[in-house]
This record gives sequence, structure tokens and C-alpha cells, in this order.
Amino acid sequence: MLEIKNLHATAGDREILRGIDLTVNAGEVHAVMGPNGSGKSTLAQVLAGHPAYEVTEGTVTYEGQDLLSLDPEVRAQQGIFLAFQYPVEIPGVSNAYFMRAAYNEIRKARGEEEIDPISFADLMDEKMKLVEMESDMLSRSVNTGFSGGEKKRNEILQMAVLEPKLAILDETDSGLDIDALRIVANGVNTLKRPENATIVVTHYQRLLNYIVPDYVHVLAGGRIVRSGGKELALELEAKGYDWLLEEAVA
Amino acid sequence: MIESYLRGFERISASGGSTAPDWAKSLRLSAITRFETLGFPTTKNEDWHFTSVAPIAEREFDLLAPPTHGVKAAQLAPFTFGATDWHTLVFVNGRYDAALSNAAALPDGVTLVPLKQAYETLPLLVEQYLGKVATFDGQTFTALNTAFLDDGAVLHVGKEVEVARPIHLLFVSDTSAGAGTAQPHNLIVLDRFAKATVIESYAGLDDRGTYFTNVVTEAVVGDGATLTHLKLQRESAKAYHVGTLDVRQARDSHLVSFSFATGAALSRTNIYTQLRGDGCGATLNGLYLGDGEQHIDHQTRIEHVEPNCYSRELYKGILDGSAHGVFNGKVYVHPAAQKTDGKQTNNTLLLSEKAQIDTKPQLEIFADDVKCTHGATVGRLDETALFYLKSRGIAARTARQLLTYAFAADVLESIELAEVREGLEAATLRRYIDQE
Repeated sequence: MLEIKNLHATAGDREILRGIDLTVNAGEVHAVMGPNGSGKSTLAQVLAGHPAYEVTEGTVTYEGQDLLSLDPEVRAQQGIFLAFQYPVEIPGVSNAYFMRAAYNEIRKARGEEEIDPISFADLMDEKMKLVEMESDMLSRSVNTGFSGGEKKRNEILQMAVLEPKLAILDETDSGLDIDALRIVANGVNTLKRPENATIVVTHYQRLLNYIVPDYVHVLAGGRIVRSGGKELALELEAKGYDWLLEEAVA
Repeated sequence: MIESYLRGFERISASGGSTAPDWAKSLRLSAITRFETLGFPTTKNEDWHFTSVAPIAEREFDLLAPPTHGVKAAQLAPFTFGATDWHTLVFVNGRYDAALSNAAALPDGVTLVPLKQAYETLPLLVEQYLGKVATFDGQTFTALNTAFLDDGAVLHVGKEVEVARPIHLLFVSDTSAGAGTAQPHNLIVLDRFAKATVIESYAGLDDRGTYFTNVVTEAVVGDGATLTHLKLQRESAKAYHVGTLDVRQARDSHLVSFSFATGAALSRTNIYTQLRGDGCGATLNGLYLGDGEQHIDHQTRIEHVEPNCYSRELYKGILDGSAHGVFNGKVYVHPAAQKTDGKQTNNTLLLSEKAQIDTKPQLEIFADDVKCTHGATVGRLDETALFYLKSRGIAARTARQLLTYAFAADVLESIELAEVREGLEAATLRRYIDQE
């Protein structure tokens, strides 16, 4: 589904990604871990097409096409979804209006009819149960005045509605209490399909107790320094990141 | 040219057609004298530094003649928000139109009449307040308006009366009988603990001719009373509009004001209030939307005279084309006004290279125990928010339109009256978002 080769990316003059290689197949869950500043959030944002980053080298192939040549909205229409680490507040646009606009754009891209407001309301009712959100969240402005937990649940709600092929969760667990974490993880697990894939970017192993990865990759200094199965996450939890960083330097 | 107004004043005085009481006639006489002395302001005048009124000053305006064909109720539909049960007074070219008005079913203790009738039914109240709140000493346009004092609305709400339905003062202009000016003058008096919502609408019925609306509204808000005032300026493209709302607030009273300005070639809206009692609150919000060559100016002045009052102000604007916006917000805190809590914000979104805004928030504080902040931003759309929308599959163009609308909707949300809020939101949505 996704093949990243020798990916280099800069923000301004600073090189943050320095040669990432990663292959993700349908049905897989990949965890990308690493200390602060290792480049893991940058990787997530580059895949979604964030304009603050420039790719200077390497390729990303998604479903057989050159992902890097696509605008962010086209990537989303082709099934890529980024759950933001810091979801953006948009005062003045209701959550319902925003989600219906997004849903219809993605349906249009798939060659499907736009959904009418009543059918959309039914769809939202069903999806909101999944993330245990109250219906008044729909009439409120996007993320405006939401608590940290509400913002993250709102990201998972969007993911549930848009049904991406490749979901990238950028530190969705940061700042969440255990109940919110469970709700978010439950949402992600319920949405898992054999034909879809998930990349979970996280600093802590805690989230991986709920979303069990098939592969774990450790990022340091803009490169993947170690890949393994889910047991690697447990080892990191016990030993921290330092031993890997020392090995990488040696 | 001030001469055309002086001639107009002579004509009216000579015809002696007015039923106004003597005190009103002498008020008009001193106003025309004052107007003649002041003349039109130039940009050297600090209050008019960013707004040249030359397009108004260089023209000759007689009072607008009645339209050649009567105005029909259906023509008012775009400005009435679909409401059928509001108390509505309609003025056509500055004159009260009884056939189009409907002020029926007012609660006991409420009087809503045109000015000429108020001279008969509320003589003491009108004499007590008219021309006393919006004084014209240094104000050319108020002096001009007062000189032509003839028509307008008078609202009196007795003590402890809450008027449940909105009161709509709808001023429409029709230039079928030629260019001209309207000089309406309104008076709103809320006795203690009274409550009312007043909408003042200004709209053009055609885009053919030039006209000049110069309105003054005086409002007196008694102890513990609440006045919600919505001013909606949707004049036609060739119109000029100068409008002043001048409010006096007594102890524990509240003013909630919203100014929406989107019409006219050149407009200036003044919203002034004096917090003259302990424990008052004033909320002044506004939205201006400009395009083409439009010039849209707002001047607000909040005077904290007494202690323990608060004021909140948020004005937002969206300017496209070569539109020029002006926001001048003054907050004066008098020496006695301790514990004043004031916050003032002006945010403008510029959609084109040629659009411009002059923003001048001014705080003048003469008390030492106060909390006052002010700020202004001028900018373009937030790139992070754009990326967020695009990352959900929303096309770049749609994302820009949606954020533009949202910028305006953010302040429209503060309008409590649902019909007006939803009506203005829908109009703003249509303006900024492509309809399929």
C-alpha cells in the first residue's frame, strides 16, 4: 500500500528526516516510536502533505502512485487520513457542516452521490456512539473550546466518517487520560479492516496496550534505527530510548 | 456644498408645513447655524482622518422626493428576515409609511410612534430628551440631521416592561424620483428595568440613483434596563450613509449593540455610549464586509464615567477588491470610573492586495484601578487551518471560502436574535461560498 524509500525532508534550513525506508501493507498496524525531536511527527505530516515541510530526496509510493506529487486534499480523497497531534480550532464553522463538506468531497472523488443532510445525520449518530460523543458536539464550532480529549475523539470521529485506507495517528495519545485513551483506541480497533492499514505515531508504549501493532519502528535523528515486532515496544518501555541511540551512534 | 442644505432649510421654514412644537423649531434653527459654522469635516479633523467625506460634501442633495410609484410590501421582503410578528415601522425616503408599518399588539406601557405623532402623544418625553443625548456642538452630521428634524421613530418602554418581540425600524430608499437625502431622527427611551430589542435597518430598493442617508438615533437606558440594538446597513451601491447611535446608560443598565455594514459606496457608523451609573455593561460588536471601491468606517466611543462597569467590544471585517475599511474604537475611562473592566478587539481579514484597513484602537485611562485591554489584527487566512481542511479532502478553493465565512460567522454568532443571526449567516455564506 505504502512504500517509503530514502525519504529526506526539511523544515526551513533544518533537515529533519534523513533517509526513511518503510513499507506498509494492507491489514497491518505499524507503530512509529522515538524520542522527542526524532522526526516521527514530521514523517506523519509529510505523508499528509503539510506545506511547512519540503521533501528534498526519496520517494513515497501509495497504491502505485507518486504520493508526493499530490495535493493534500487529493491525498485525503485517495484515502489518506492524518489524525492531528494538535487539532485546529475553526471558530464559525460547525462540526456538522465541516464533516459533511469533507464527506461529500471524498464521496465525489470516489464517484459517489453527495449525501443529503438527513442521511448524514443518521450516519453521524451511528459514528458518534463509537467515540462516545454527545450530539451537541455537532452544532459546536470545529474543535473550538473542546477539551484535549474531545479534540482527539473528534479526530477519530472524522476518521470513522471518512473511512480512510491509510490512517496515520500522530501522537493521538498525548495528553489523554486513561478513559479517553480507551475510547480512542476502541474507535481505532473497531475501524480496522483487512484492506486498510494504520500507522500509529507515539512517544509512549501505553497506547500500544490498546492498539496492538504488527511492527514497531524506532526513529532517531530522522532515521529508523530499529524495527521489530510488538515486543520491541515493551523493551523500549522497560529500557527507554538511550540504549538504542547509543547503539545507533556506535 | 453646504449651500444646498441652507437653501433647503429656508424652503422648509418658509413653507411652515411642519407641525413641530416651538422648542423643536428653535432646536432646528440652532442646528442649521451650527452646521453652517462647522461645515463638512476634512481629513485634518482627527475624527475623520481616514475618511474623506468629499463625495458627500461636493454634491447637492435636496430631501428625497417620494417614489414615483408606491413601495410595495413585497419589496421589503429581503430586509424583514421572514418575521411576521415583529413591531415594524417603515420609512420610505425618510418619511413614515403607515400602510407598510405594523406596530400592532404592543404590550401595555409601550409607545412606538413616528416623531410627528410623538409630539402629540409623548410631548414631555420628546422635549426632555430629543437633541439632548446626541448633541451637535462638534458634530457636523448630527447638526445637519437635527436641522432637518422632521420624521423618525420614537419608542418609549415603561418601567419593568419587557417587549418580547423585536421592534424593527426599517428605512428604505427609492430613487425613482431622483437623487436626494433622508435625515431621519429616532429616540429610544427605556424606563427602569425595561427591556427591548430594536433593529434599525437601512436599505436601498434600487441601484439606480445616488442618495445620502444621515441618521441620528438617541437612546436613554434607565436603571437596570437592557437595550439590544442591531444596526443593519445594507444601502444600495451608489448610496452614502452616515449613522450615529448615541446612548446614555444609567446604573446597572445594559447595552448590547451590533453593527452590520455591507452596503453604500461610503459609509460611516458611529456607535457611542456613556456608562453613567455604577454597574453598567456595554457590549459592542460589529461586522463589516466590503468589496469594489467601498469605504466602510466605524467609530465607536465607550465612556466609562462611573465605577464597576464593563465593556466588551469585538469588530471584525472582511475586505476584498479595493475596499477601504476604518475602525476607530475609543474607550475613555474617567477618573471616577475605578474597577472598569474593558476589552476591545478589532480583526480584519484582507482578501486582496488592494484592500486596506486603518485600525486605531484608543484607550484613554484616567483612573488607576482598572483592567483594560485592546488589540487589533490584520491578516490573511490561517495556513494551519487551511491545511487542516485540505487534509480532510476539502478542495483548496472551498477551504479558503469556508474559512472566510467562518471569520465572519464567529462574530455573527454573538447575535442573540435567531432570525437576524441566521439571516445574516445565510447571506454571508452565499456571499463567500460558491453555491452548487
